[in-house]
Amino acid sequence: MAKYLLLKHYRGAPAAVNDVPMDQWTPEEVTAHLKYMDDFAKRLERDGEYVGGVALSPEGTFVRYDGEGRPPVTDGPFAETKDLVAGWMVIDVDSYERAVQLAGELSAAPGAGGRPIHEWLELRPFLANHADTTE
Amino acid sequence: MNDSLLRELVPAVIAVLVRRGADFATAEDAVQEALIEAVRAWPRHPPREPKAWLVTVAWRKFLDAARADAARRRREERVDDEPAPEPGAAGDDTLQLYFLCAHPSLSPASAVALTLRAVGGLTTRQIAQAYLVPEATMAQRISRAKRTVSRVRFDQPGDLGTVLRVLYLVFNEGYSGDVDLAAEAIRLTRQLAARTTHEEVAGLLALMLLHHARRPARTGADGQLIPLAEQDRGRWDTRLIAEGIDVLQAALARDRLGEYQAQAAIAALHADAPTAADTDWVQIVEWYDELVALTGSPIVRLNRAVAVGEADGPQAGLAALAELDEALPRYSAAAAYLHERAGEPAAAARCYAEAARAASTVPERDHLTRQAARLNTQLRS
Repeated sequence: MAKYLLLKHYRGAPAAVNDVPMDQWTPEEVTAHLKYMDDFAKRLERDGEYVGGVALSPEGTFVRYDGEGRPPVTDGPFAETKDLVAGWMVIDVDSYERAVQLAGELSAAPGAGGRPIHEWLELRPFLANHADTTE
Repeated sequence: MNDSLLRELVPAVIAVLVRRGADFATAEDAVQEALIEAVRAWPRHPPREPKAWLVTVAWRKFLDAARADAARRRREERVDDEPAPEPGAAGDDTLQLYFLCAHPSLSPASAVALTLRAVGGLTTRQIAQAYLVPEATMAQRISRAKRTVSRVRFDQPGDLGTVLRVLYLVFNEGYSGDVDLAAEAIRLTRQLAARTTHEEVAGLLALMLLHHARRPARTGADGQLIPLAEQDRGRWDTRLIAEGIDVLQAALARDRLGEYQAQAAIAALHADAPTAADTDWVQIVEWYDELVALTGSPIVRLNRAVAVGEADGPQAGLAALAELDEALPRYSAAAAYLHERAGEPAAAARCYAEAARAASTVPERDHLTRQAARLNTQLRS
């Protein structure tokens, strides 16, 4: 098994095919979308492929050390063009192919008009902490 | 075996050990070990006097730990010779334990963790799960907290206000994981209320009971938020509401108002209304005025503005809101609600979308996004 990170972006990723802001959907479309995501996570949990997930607030700030005795420098909230991570899900699956397949399913969550949003998700493999002991 | 009985006994047992001269950190560890023994031994050998059993075993564990150079001994714990319960033990000792675990030298997160462990008798694993942090992290947090308060003299009077804040923090954490922290906070506050007659302890207990009574109606089948006005009041727990109101009235009758009593009074007015439309908003605004006088809190002023909107109309609410800082948490959500009531759906939709971006929980964000979506859908048609 190998762990992968599925990264969802608020902004900064290529635009989704069905790219309509969520507050412009109908309430039923919002509900359907949330239910799809929820069901997806529950199914992965049942299958033993779910590790964890978290949603992040869109408010973010860059912070940097600014020298001895000075408060850290901050930059933010983000300008519109900056990349913004919306949240992530971690999965533990048998193969890269399986990870791609699941990311594809998640990207098919229904959006405006009830059609899949075709959202771009970033898929990142975890680096292992130790070498595999089985050969 | 009765898990909650076991946990009830924890603070008293720690208190006995400390009174006998054990330092707090070691006493607390010893009691946790005794609890593990109890879980193993009690199903086969139920003790006649559970507390005396725990004191005996915990004291032995403490002595074992104190004799650090003694070889580690493996032995079966079979306590056939139970001593009689200690005479004159020790309600006030337990009260001291609350003060110690909420000591002002601790950060709120540490105080919460230590209270749940030492007063509440939860295991480190349970506390870690409830706060969604790794067990090792929580273990460190607790042992650092224990080291900090080990230097505190056990006989100093404590700060009740800090204790109440810690208990309210636990309550508000709600229910993630296996442990229902809201129920746990109520249990601990009940214990505290049995040991002190302070009005604000009663006020906090009433507040918790009244909030807790409405919990089953607060979320829908998919976990979505249901606002107060739309809740199915038939699902409110009337027994808890009645108890909360009794506790509150007894406290208010003593005429020493504090912020928890005032908050509980507002919760009681909501709980008492047969329908949302019957809510006595005029009286609620009066209680918010009391709360503003007691606390000066900008969050209270924000809530007051929403209540004013109900009592005197949305324009009055928006006027009250205009005096406040827009950066306050939930400012946009309050503005959205009042704009919609004032017949300004476009402004309301904008505020709801903004509030969703600023939301601090997933259910809240989803709820606010739906509100924005609902208004925008109406505006298009």
